Amino acid sequence: MRYTEGEPIRDTKAPEGPIEDRWEKRKFGAKLVNPANKRKLNVIVIGTGLAGGSAAATLGELGYNVTSFCYQDSPRRAHSIAAQGGINAAKNYRGDGDSIYRLFYDTVKGGDFRARESNVYRLAQVSVNIIDQAVAQGVPFAREYGGLLDTRSFGGAQVSRTFYARGQTGQQLLLGAYQALERQIAAGTVKMHTRHEMLDLIVADGRARGVIVRDMVTGEIERHLADAVVLASGGYGNVFFLSTNAKGCNTTAIWRAHRRGAMFANPCYTQIHPTCIPVSGEYQSKLTLMSESLRNDGRVWVPVKGGDDRPVSQIPEDERDYYLERIYPAFGNLVPRDIASRAAKNVCDEGRGVGPGGLGVYLDFADAIKRLGRDAVEKKYGNLFEMYERITGEDPYTQPMRIYPAVHYTMGGLWVDYDLQSTIPGLFVIGEANFSDHGANRLGASALMQGLADGYFVLPTTIGDYLANGPYGEVDEEAVAEAEVAVREKINRLLSNNGTRTADSYHRELGKLMWEYCGMERTEESLRKALERIPELREEFWKNVKVSGEADELNQALERAGRVADFFDLAELMCIDALHRTESCGGHFRAESQDADGEALRDDEHFAYVAAWEYGEQGPVLHKEDLDYEYVKMSQRSYK
Amino acid sequence: MNLTLRVWRQKSPEDKGRMVTYRVEDVSPDMSFLEMLDVLNERLILEGDDPVAFDHDCREGICGMCGMVINGVAHGEQVATTTCQLHMRHFEDNAVITIEPWRAAPFPVVKDLVVDRSAFDRIIQAGGFVSVPAGSAPDAHSLPVKKVDADAAFDAATCIGCGACVAACPNGSASLFTAAKITHLSLLPQGQPERDSRARAMVEQMDAEGFGGCTNTGECTAVCPKGIPLDTIAQMNRDYLKASK
Repeated sequence: MRYTEGEPIRDTKAPEGPIEDRWEKRKFGAKLVNPANKRKLNVIVIGTGLAGGSAAATLGELGYNVTSFCYQDSPRRAHSIAAQGGINAAKNYRGDGDSIYRLFYDTVKGGDFRARESNVYRLAQVSVNIIDQAVAQGVPFAREYGGLLDTRSFGGAQVSRTFYARGQTGQQLLLGAYQALERQIAAGTVKMHTRHEMLDLIVADGRARGVIVRDMVTGEIERHLADAVVLASGGYGNVFFLSTNAKGCNTTAIWRAHRRGAMFANPCYTQIHPTCIPVSGEYQSKLTLMSESLRNDGRVWVPVKGGDDRPVSQIPEDERDYYLERIYPAFGNLVPRDIASRAAKNVCDEGRGVGPGGLGVYLDFADAIKRLGRDAVEKKYGNLFEMYERITGEDPYTQPMRIYPAVHYTMGGLWVDYDLQSTIPGLFVIGEANFSDHGANRLGASALMQGLADGYFVLPTTIGDYLANGPYGEVDEEAVAEAEVAVREKINRLLSNNGTRTADSYHRELGKLMWEYCGMERTEESLRKALERIPELREEFWKNVKVSGEADELNQALERAGRVADFFDLAELMCIDALHRTESCGGHFRAESQDADGEALRDDEHFAYVAAWEYGEQGPVLHKEDLDYEYVKMSQRSYK
Repeated sequence: MNLTLRVWRQKSPEDKGRMVTYRVEDVSPDMSFLEMLDVLNERLILEGDDPVAFDHDCREGICGMCGMVINGVAHGEQVATTTCQLHMRHFEDNAVITIEPWRAAPFPVVKDLVVDRSAFDRIIQAGGFVSVPAGSAPDAHSLPVKKVDADAAFDAATCIGCGACVAACPNGSASLFTAAKITHLSLLPQGQPERDSRARAMVEQMDAEGFGGCTNTGECTAVCPKGIPLDTIAQMNRDYLKASK
């Protein structure tokens, strides 16, 4: 395999001692910045989703000089807005036995023991404050008639700890953060640049000191300098072309930072979401997720017999296989996402899938409608049902929905320590862009929690410790010029390449390859095939891609081509990571590593580590960070 | 399906702009409207032409980034639908479809179908928030909110800021957008301390941006993909009057 192994890596920032006290200890240990000095310190934040938006707003409120960038026309459009289901918090408002410890425990276990205990415990602690913060901002969470907050249960949990705002929780939380951000923009503490895309990181004297961005309207290449840079640029699921991510989601910001020295951790951990609307044709540009809260009331099934193409109404009850309820009686339809996804793939592989191409399973609300009445179902899930009907042209009230797994969230990302600082001093990475809190798998309603925990509470504290030693002085002009030249060269190369295929067509091909060989199930053979094909395809891309238009104008073809180029490089690293990890865990299922029942088989003896990859001209260098479990005993996950 | 598209092409804000006709063939009825444009753009790129620039991102009807006037109607004729959620099955084979950007003075055209909606952000900056620093919030249960109020606030809060309301209004008014935020926050106890100053500042900013006044035409709610009700505007006007006394 084409990688070398380097020195182990370690998180040196998490304090020792009882886990409940570590965050308090770290907060107390972190240096403070005198309010008069804060305004002399400049921080750049890339991305305005839940993590970036809340971070920029909070840093601005604290008095730092913040410059914020997003590629959309407004910070309110960040893809966090599309999260449907909810946000977890250990409030125990239901009295059903929830606690910070239980949320911590569920999250570590749900992540298949590949996340850090200290980080996850802090996440569970802070979850409580997130709800308070959001409510104070006016986020209209669902309420009971008594005026108190309503909660619901979610995949992977047996307590009801998920707070929600109909099926638009992400939207409401993001608008809360966006409003806080706009307030700071008005106050002058945050300078917002919309329609700007980060294309490189400026590293000078070993520190992150700024970014090179492209103004996507004028094409101007700009340099912005700062004392620290925060990347909150989201995940890279679009490497698969088809995913539930927004079209613009990309890896460029973190990939460029990786090339400048930030290690990339666990790139192969991809969450496949079990409840998406199946693909309908070649032209399709994205996949739409149906909130997994639907699994609270919807029952998943396929016909018992393969090739059964009778209409649903003619398949009698005893010829239906409610396979999740059958295999996992304790959790039933609410098993975690990796389990539900693979189970769907398995029944489809057996030839029992429904809908075009047999790539679908039913999600049936007939029982729920009988039990609760159509009105109640409509109140709970109306907007989701409507969305489904719009996309498929089918009425989910009278016939079951068809769903199939799709790429949703990437647990991997840039390596960060407990302070959320990457391996480049002064470069902080938060939200989905880092790797830190979900391990090999992400439970439902936990991404919103991490984004906001990082942005509102964790980063604003830990970055102060770094900034207390600033301002960091003049930035070496050579480092800036070098980054700028690299960006211009790449743009010119893409534009002058008069080939015969569009960037999108290469992206589609790369995506198919990744889905087939590095998707829901990977084997040594499939990964080796991918590693053969990706470099060939990349070479072809650079020789044969066609990008029309000019550099100095709004040029969406150029934007896409630049992102696709980075996806090629990332895809290769994902496959190398997936190939080296010869165990199954969470979102990484290696077919060679399963037990007699077909469940994922971990290998704790050899793989209880974070794989942090350093960029190297001669191929990636693997640094292992060992994971120790003091509080949660490593055990085989079982949802039976 | 085979279609004839008449698309507004405008290279830059300074360019005068014009309608250009394109033929698109082999369109599947299951495609979204934007996917149909993707197909056209792939062809234009290969022909060395400039693809049609249009804004879009989530493609699931929630980010509010997409938006174009289709056959004279903002987001097209399907009720309560964003452009990305509009599917070709709603069009006839061989139809002629006219596609234009949002047209309103405060939304200048950037290129083709892309317009600048930053005026909306400035309206929010004027007061569309509750001032609460991170980390200082009381326990969420210390402030009960009646379910009916929370639900009504939610209905108003679902505005996605796409700007269809402005594009559809004969006055180019941003009242529905502004009223949605004012109503959302004024229905909640958290929004009360800043209720008056918010209403004043947001309405004044809306006017300063050059949006027209509201004459209760109702075109805004007719095209709103999220069904924001017209009575939010009445709520805004009441709040504004009360605050201006």
